[in-house]
Amino acid sequence: MIWPFDLIILTLVILCALAAITVRDLLACAILFGAYSFLMCLLMALMGAVDVAFTEASVGAGVSTVFFVAAVFRCTRRTRD
Amino acid sequence: MKILGLISVMAVGWVLIYASLHFPSLGDPASPANTHVSPRYLEMGEEETAVPNIVTAVLADYRGYDTMFETSVIFAAGAACVILLRIFASRPRERYYRHVLTGVTLHVLGDRKIPEDSDAFERIDRLWVPRDRIIRTVCRFLIPFIQIFALYVVAHGHHSPGGGFQGGVILGASVILMAITTNLRTSLERIGEKTVALLAALGILIYAGTGALCLFFGGNYLDYGALAGLLHVQPVAARSLGILIVEIGVAITVMATMIAIYRNIASAGRMDEGL
Repeated sequence: MIWPFDLIILTLVILCALAAITVRDLLACAILFGAYSFLMCLLMALMGAVDVAFTEASVGAGVSTVFFVAAVFRCTRRTRD
Repeated sequence: MKILGLISVMAVGWVLIYASLHFPSLGDPASPANTHVSPRYLEMGEEETAVPNIVTAVLADYRGYDTMFETSVIFAAGAACVILLRIFASRPRERYYRHVLTGVTLHVLGDRKIPEDSDAFERIDRLWVPRDRIIRTVCRFLIPFIQIFALYVVAHGHHSPGGGFQGGVILGASVILMAITTNLRTSLERIGEKTVALLAALGILIYAGTGALCLFFGGNYLDYGALAGLLHVQPVAARSLGILIVEIGVAITVMATMIAIYRNIASAGRMDEGL
């Protein structure tokens, strides 16, 4: 592992997680979850688990983001709480 | 209530961090995971299964039961989505048509409709989004390559990262991309709802059927070496081929499940219009 990369990615992961729970726009929240998944994928790749990283990239960052967007499309875009 | 939630989250977080301090460090040769089973897999894996990517060998051969039930879990998740979301009761028929040249929208009630192959009118969703020529053309070129890449990921899982799950997801994503760039009806014409349901079950059948076939030829369940006589190869090569067959089954189930979940979410279970 290369620690500067690790530090940057972990910081971004925490930022993404905090932004995803504070943002009021659900579409932005879905995109932030996608970014979060992609950063987790980078972390897995850094640790040498390439198969897990591949799964995370395709399932987490790819298809589940599409599912979230499709669900937001079917309900209101802004949350009240 | 918010403060209570914050306190409980902090407490659980502290417990997790405290527990993770006692983990062996990354790549520690003395850790339990690296002393008991891993050396056996790493040393004997390629010899026993002829699969260079040990992850695939462990996933589909040594831990074949796990993967089979994981696939069943994905199938169950897709079935649950269909049961929860799919609405079979028909609502009052209404269709929207758009005159291509002038942009006038017709709202047609009842069973009357304009022929689907009409040049002057195109059927649109209630929430109409103008079609972008650039996006449609790019995706039209892209989708075949995405599908070829997905097949490569499935078939090349022996030698490189990848396998049934990832390949199936990418294959499903190509159909979802088609549904997004055109509309849900176009993708339903290409691959119907019943076909998707049958494919989801077929994948599991291939997986479980391969296992049962091994029983039939005198091996244990999912012991692909027993298929050597059927495939006319050495037992080691038969294990490699068995892994490939199983991965194809996983890919089919995962692809069909992803398509089914997407369609049910995007059309709110009505399968008529959607993102």
